[in-house]
Amino acid sequence: MEVFKVLEPGPFTTIQDSGRYGYQQFGIPISGALDMFSYQAANMLVGNGEDAAGLEITFMGPRLEALSDALLAVTGATVPVSVNDQPQAMWTAFRVARGDVINIRATSKGVRAYLAVAGGLMVPRVMGSCSTYTAGKIGGLDGRPLTKGDTLRGRSADSLNRIVSLPEDFKPHFHTEVNLRALPGPQDDYFDSGLKVLFSSEFTVTSKADRMGYRLEGPMIELKEGVPRSIISEPSLSGAVQIPPDGEPIILLVEQTASGYAKIATIVTADLDIVAQARPGDKVRFERVDLNTAYQLHRDYRWRLNRLKEAIRG
Amino acid sequence: MGGLFDKAVFRLVGDRGVIVEYGDAISPEINIKVRTMATAINEEKPAGIVEVVPTYRSLLIVYDPMATDLKSLEDALQFLESRLDQLEIPPPRTVEIPVSYGGDLGPDIEFVAQAHNLTVEDVIRIHTGALYQIYMIGFTPGFPFLGGLPEELHTPRLETPRPLVPAGSVGIANNQTGVYPIDSPGGWRLIGRTPLSLFNPSKENPFLYRAGDMIKFVRISEEEYRRILSEGKP
Repeated sequence: MEVFKVLEPGPFTTIQDSGRYGYQQFGIPISGALDMFSYQAANMLVGNGEDAAGLEITFMGPRLEALSDALLAVTGATVPVSVNDQPQAMWTAFRVARGDVINIRATSKGVRAYLAVAGGLMVPRVMGSCSTYTAGKIGGLDGRPLTKGDTLRGRSADSLNRIVSLPEDFKPHFHTEVNLRALPGPQDDYFDSGLKVLFSSEFTVTSKADRMGYRLEGPMIELKEGVPRSIISEPSLSGAVQIPPDGEPIILLVEQTASGYAKIATIVTADLDIVAQARPGDKVRFERVDLNTAYQLHRDYRWRLNRLKEAIRG
Repeated sequence: MGGLFDKAVFRLVGDRGVIVEYGDAISPEINIKVRTMATAINEEKPAGIVEVVPTYRSLLIVYDPMATDLKSLEDALQFLESRLDQLEIPPPRTVEIPVSYGGDLGPDIEFVAQAHNLTVEDVIRIHTGALYQIYMIGFTPGFPFLGGLPEELHTPRLETPRPLVPAGSVGIANNQTGVYPIDSPGGWRLIGRTPLSLFNPSKENPFLYRAGDMIKFVRISEEEYRRILSEGKP
């Protein structure tokens, strides 16, 4: 079933789901929605399963014409949404009719917004996932972002009459100064005073920030004396903080593959959604936590998602 | 450079990953240990493991922290390690990759030859004469990091990388040789090209090889290259 015609694509709008697992051994990074909470919340609001494919919008949204009646929700970064020029609230399910024009403008707080459609978008699964990985040219629409004139297909939904909103206390807030909790490692033994610099300084998000990683600006983090300048290449996970030779940290994200520089610390999984929404110019601080604290933060994060699911189901 | 560690080193990768390091060098001995442990884990499937990624000298293990924790993984891996002698590791497969050397398909082959006072024929003979082990796959989908390039062919990278290296290009960079599965930027010296599709995402198994396999480059003519290329197209 055809659901949307793309009138304007926005600067970088891609189809994403919960990610592509099991293929890192072949050089395929996990990909998937960067702000997992907002992506999952959008799916829950329209009654989808957790893995349904939707749109990830970056800085500015697309303008779409509905090609069939549909139930939608927009979550994530704060962004004006309208249907036929009438404002439409975020974080709530809403109906559109065939011929309606949905316009998603520029984000004011945060970077990435998510659009879910009841039933989910339909593109071929590549290695088990619909997620777009643009550098590898796979997933989504032939591995590329949306372009003008694309037709997006979707699966038919069980119901278009389930109008639910996100309870207020579940809405994330986006700040321009953020605190990211992180565990030292995997190569924390390559640093001595560098660890102190990382955990006590303020860094600024630069404009070199995409799904591969965020380059930060701040005090230089140096390797300790006597360690090799690079490591034997190895793959990384989302949240790893890599220190290249210029000493300015890069937060590696979901589209990073193998690299040869030491990673001083890794941001806890529960705080990765905050990274996804950090804008160039935002201030970042790292807070050192231990493994048990990180596990607890992860359990709290999952518990919150489960509680949200129950609240929405009613 | 050292060798195989007496005891594996566990490196934390946040709350859902761990790198288990078996040595601190690029060597066949360490990589066999990596491959053996990867096979053991994939066979025994300890609870909570999401994926296992073999590298040159370590494994990246991704796990679900709701289903297991670092301590349980350490115990499970130690147990597997204690029974490795009972495990049969399948012998590595050898995958043949046909390559048309030189000409437009391998524009840097003369540079490589001249840099070592060899003829182009020598370069081809040496490059096809070796068996290369796939230590790791990464950088782009299906890009093999290969060990075993004969020293006579070690050649520095291009000073300025090419913005576009066509899929199938076979190249040399320092002590490494490899083949580009998809069009991508790259700074390796290109000596030939394979007509095979090394990464075909629409296939059930999109890859021709996995880490641990061996690669053998086989010389074909440019004519044969064109023929295989056209047969591969629907």
